[in-house]
Amino acid sequence: MSLLEIEGVTLKFGGVTAVNNLTMNVNEAEVFALVGPNGAGKSTVFNLISRFYTPVSGSIKFDGVDLLKLAPHEVPSLGIARTFQNIELFHQATVLQNLLVGRHRHRQSSLLPQLLHLPSVRAEERAHREAVEQVIDFLDLQPYRDKMIAGLPYGVRKVVELGRALASKPRLLLLDEPASGLSVEETQNMRWWIDDIRRQMGITVLMVEHDMGLVGKVSDRVLALADGAKLAEGTPPEVQSHPAVIEAYLGTSAISKTADAKGARV
Amino acid sequence: MRFHFKTSYDDDIRLFIDGWKFSLYAALLVFMLALPWLIDDFYLGEANNVLIWSVCGLGLMLLTGQTGQASLGHSAFMALGCYSCVIMMESGVPFIIALPMAGVITGCFGALIAIPALKLHGVYLAIATLALAILADDIIVLLEPWTGGVAGKVPPDIEVFGLTINRWGNPTEWYYMTLIVVLVCTLFYRNLLRAPLGRSFAAVRDSEISAQAMGVNIARTKTIAFGLSCAITGLGGALMGLFAGAFNNETFNFLLSIQLLMMIVVGGLGFIHGAFLGAIVIAFLPQFLSIVSDTMGHGVAIPGLESAVFGVILIVFILFEPMGLYGRWLKIRTFLELFPFARKDMFKRQKSYLKTERLR
Repeated sequence: MSLLEIEGVTLKFGGVTAVNNLTMNVNEAEVFALVGPNGAGKSTVFNLISRFYTPVSGSIKFDGVDLLKLAPHEVPSLGIARTFQNIELFHQATVLQNLLVGRHRHRQSSLLPQLLHLPSVRAEERAHREAVEQVIDFLDLQPYRDKMIAGLPYGVRKVVELGRALASKPRLLLLDEPASGLSVEETQNMRWWIDDIRRQMGITVLMVEHDMGLVGKVSDRVLALADGAKLAEGTPPEVQSHPAVIEAYLGTSAISKTADAKGARV
Repeated sequence: MRFHFKTSYDDDIRLFIDGWKFSLYAALLVFMLALPWLIDDFYLGEANNVLIWSVCGLGLMLLTGQTGQASLGHSAFMALGCYSCVIMMESGVPFIIALPMAGVITGCFGALIAIPALKLHGVYLAIATLALAILADDIIVLLEPWTGGVAGKVPPDIEVFGLTINRWGNPTEWYYMTLIVVLVCTLFYRNLLRAPLGRSFAAVRDSEISAQAMGVNIARTKTIAFGLSCAITGLGGALMGLFAGAFNNETFNFLLSIQLLMMIVVGGLGFIHGAFLGAIVIAFLPQFLSIVSDTMGHGVAIPGLESAVFGVILIVFILFEPMGLYGRWLKIRTFLELFPFARKDMFKRQKSYLKTERLR
């Protein structure tokens, strides 16, 4: 059964059509990758799911719930967590505090008990911290636990952002370029984590990624976008060898050149 | 350098990180309690003044330091707290109820003000709230039947459990009363910081877009921040008016908000300690300047000296120590703790990498 159903979604900014009649389904417990050249509308799809943008037409449903009826801050309560392409952490807070904000959708106590720090608040805090420590263990963030984000290197911030999304115990995880700017080794770690997130935690992952090596290794299905429209959909090898995808990435002449080269070899 | 070996989640939730910190603050509390025996009535009054300023500062710190919303309108909320408290006292409400009620009224009003201010950011919010502060002056004059207008009001003596507290008659009791308010406000502030609400304040301050993506309701969070901030500032305003012994529309003019904002910047934005350090500077600077001009200028008063010095201090801090006095102390402490391994750039604020493009 499809967890996320996007049907006929179109988004226009003035005269520019950012997403054009896009239909896609993400199944439960799969890793689904969105690829495409810069400006293809991949991150825009994420922002549509997060409700930062409202489409002109079409529908977005998560587990049968119409997302378009919700405000942006209500989306996470369904179990959708995301990361950002350019890392949007809370800079003047520690790693631990950042991850605890990820627990926001699970909070229960209201204002007055929090001001008085009643025992119920203390118990709730312990539960939050236990969940967060599990994420810290999972992502090996122990050395940075009490460090301010403002002083952390880029690679670690990327992991912290993943951790913050995981701390909310989501059903659907949206990863916007999880490997961009990471070293080879860090990308390798990211790959294992994405595998574990799906296998051990059973979380569905929808990701935007340029690193085709990573996409090929972790994802079950890939959808290629160009100029806001779907080019191809299928398993990673299928999409990678699709003529329309090669054309979008390398230009038309590339295809004829490959054809020429093949012809020459024959 | 101390290492903290944490064995339970409570180690991160506790108010004091270890026994050393606890004994440090316990010693400070004992010192504050013993203060009436250590200094004379004049300086006790000054200490009282510092505490009252720090209550107001804590209020603004919650909004500006914690939630990142600048406000130049807090003098209006101080006035509201003060007038509502005194009007309630005059109509027979016991002080012990009137003071918290004044805080609640100011808080509710602050939350109401927050609703139109939600769309505003940074300097625009500061200007909009400044308008409120200037407006408050006129409103006090217009509401003369209740507020006494330009003639002002002389608050009745405070009566708590049959004990009459008068600034001149029993300054020690006054001081203890302020100390209790300070302790309660600080405790509430700390409790907030270790609860989900305080973290969502910081989330709104640092990145609204990802706060939203984590499920934080921005409008609601800002409204609560305004409400709590104004409630605390209202309490401070009530104490300030009562302590002054007489007040009118001029007492709470908009310059007070600017002073308040300056105070938390100089003290250190985002730190509870910052509110207290800033209050010490604000309250003692005039005394210090008059002592200096007495000895240096042979008793000749220099008009405008105080605001000039305030201005210079603010500029110096913004240029050289944006983290304020408390930030400076943190740096010194880290240097000493790590000696000789402290690096010069440890506190250098790293430029954030690319910002997510404006989504609206």
